[in-house]
Amino acid sequence: MSPRQQKLASAGLIVGVFVFWELFCLLAGISELILPRPSRIIAAFIEYQHAIWPHVWQTFYTTMVGFVCGVAIGLGLGVLIGSSKLAYDTAYPLLVGISSIPKVAVVPIFVLWFGAGTIPAILTAMIICIFPIVVNVSTGIATVEPELEDVMRSLKATKREILWNVGLPRSMPYFFASLKVAITLSFVGSVIAETVAANKGVGNLMLIASSSFNVPLVFAGLMVLAIMGVSLYAVFSLIERNVASWAMRKEI
Amino acid sequence: MNRADQSARFVEFDGVGLTYGRDAERTQALMPTSLRIAKGDFLALVGPSGCGKSTILKLVAELLEPTEGRILFSGRELGAEPVRVGMAFQSASLLPWMTIRENVMLPLKIVPPFKAGFRAKKAGEYRDRADALLERVGLIDFADKNPWQLSGGMMQRANLCRALIHDPDLLLLDEPFGALDQFTREELWQTLQDLWLDRSPTVLLVTHDLREAAYLASRICVMSPRPGRIIEDRAVTFARPRPIDLTFDPGFTALVQELRGRIVHTPVTGSIGGSAA
Repeated sequence: MSPRQQKLASAGLIVGVFVFWELFCLLAGISELILPRPSRIIAAFIEYQHAIWPHVWQTFYTTMVGFVCGVAIGLGLGVLIGSSKLAYDTAYPLLVGISSIPKVAVVPIFVLWFGAGTIPAILTAMIICIFPIVVNVSTGIATVEPELEDVMRSLKATKREILWNVGLPRSMPYFFASLKVAITLSFVGSVIAETVAANKGVGNLMLIASSSFNVPLVFAGLMVLAIMGVSLYAVFSLIERNVASWAMRKEI
Repeated sequence: MNRADQSARFVEFDGVGLTYGRDAERTQALMPTSLRIAKGDFLALVGPSGCGKSTILKLVAELLEPTEGRILFSGRELGAEPVRVGMAFQSASLLPWMTIRENVMLPLKIVPPFKAGFRAKKAGEYRDRADALLERVGLIDFADKNPWQLSGGMMQRANLCRALIHDPDLLLLDEPFGALDQFTREELWQTLQDLWLDRSPTVLLVTHDLREAAYLASRICVMSPRPGRIIEDRAVTFARPRPIDLTFDPGFTALVQELRGRIVHTPVTGSIGGSAA
């Protein structure tokens, strides 16, 4: 199948799912309180759009702030851990331990410390995205070919010069690949925090809508989240493809 | 030490040995070895695999520290005075995010005194320097390509350029052509010989290809199996520049046969000098 046909097929499948959903709800007579039809969800979105926008902005804002902080910390830690075998072996168990804690469980602690609102959402978005970045960056740096390291050392390059000229550029494809994962995770993190304890954000909007049985609005929130998630992923894939093009050797 | 003496003892191993591990797991990688390399010499180290040839190379490059003895450069202790070293391995390990020219220029970014002027000169003087070398090895048309767009032989040419760009006093080669096919390898022997005749760095070549050693070197040291020590040290006197046809000369074949006879524990496989990798 050509790439063009492939894309058409993917789009067709997505449209097909929605059409099936619409028809299934209509024909089976499913109550709107259980599963609203796509057309109703879109109608709800249009009806409430002015109310929805501030929440979208809030979620976007907390996600991005958390993500940027997480990336900075993750990159720093990754470089630190990756450039020393000792640090790598020492810190790895701790990192694995921290990363295996379900992040939802941390939200109440953040709320305890900082109160409900924006800060717990930012912190959750941050903490959830650090790990994949650390792992990828440190792996990229730690797996520099030994021959290459020998060549650099025979030139009497300092550790910093090796890191700067070889380790860091080499870990860039890993880093950008991890950004794609990290942004999606951050987004999940901030929505989780909003659902648990916030007064703003798409997660909070859905919680309130569901408590008043406005099910089409709940689903409209879900749709907005899906669109945001896909867009963020797409943006970072695009960045990845342009920044570390040498790692995707297509033009041979 | 006078000048002539300094030149004859450019690199000197004085009872240098290396032992890995401790107690029960002690492994003697290199028996105490004494060896002198004169300035401008082309020395090939041959021997069965695991005999410590590469260890000697790494000791000279200061990548390993000897556990016994000392290494001197022009009569001075290693590390006392910076010796400019160029190194190339079997895997070209060029950086994929850089062009061939940028790869070749990498040492200029790191080795003094070149590194001081790198920013200012990288588009002018240093670029010309890299281009001159690339021209010499026939890669000038590929200067702006990325490494993965080149064949294995071309990558090794670029690797040689990278090892030579900063005019090293000492060129260390660890089976640089080991992964190449016979024809490409012979082409590269000639390239390396030309570069050596041009620039006359002191070369230490580690190889298990006896024909390679006999064709390129001015002096061959044969090592015993592990724990390695030098069991034979002989001059190779064929006139230079050596044509590739030399490898069919009876004198050449006899030399190769004789070297092979010295490496007693090497299992006999394939043709003489065929890759044992």
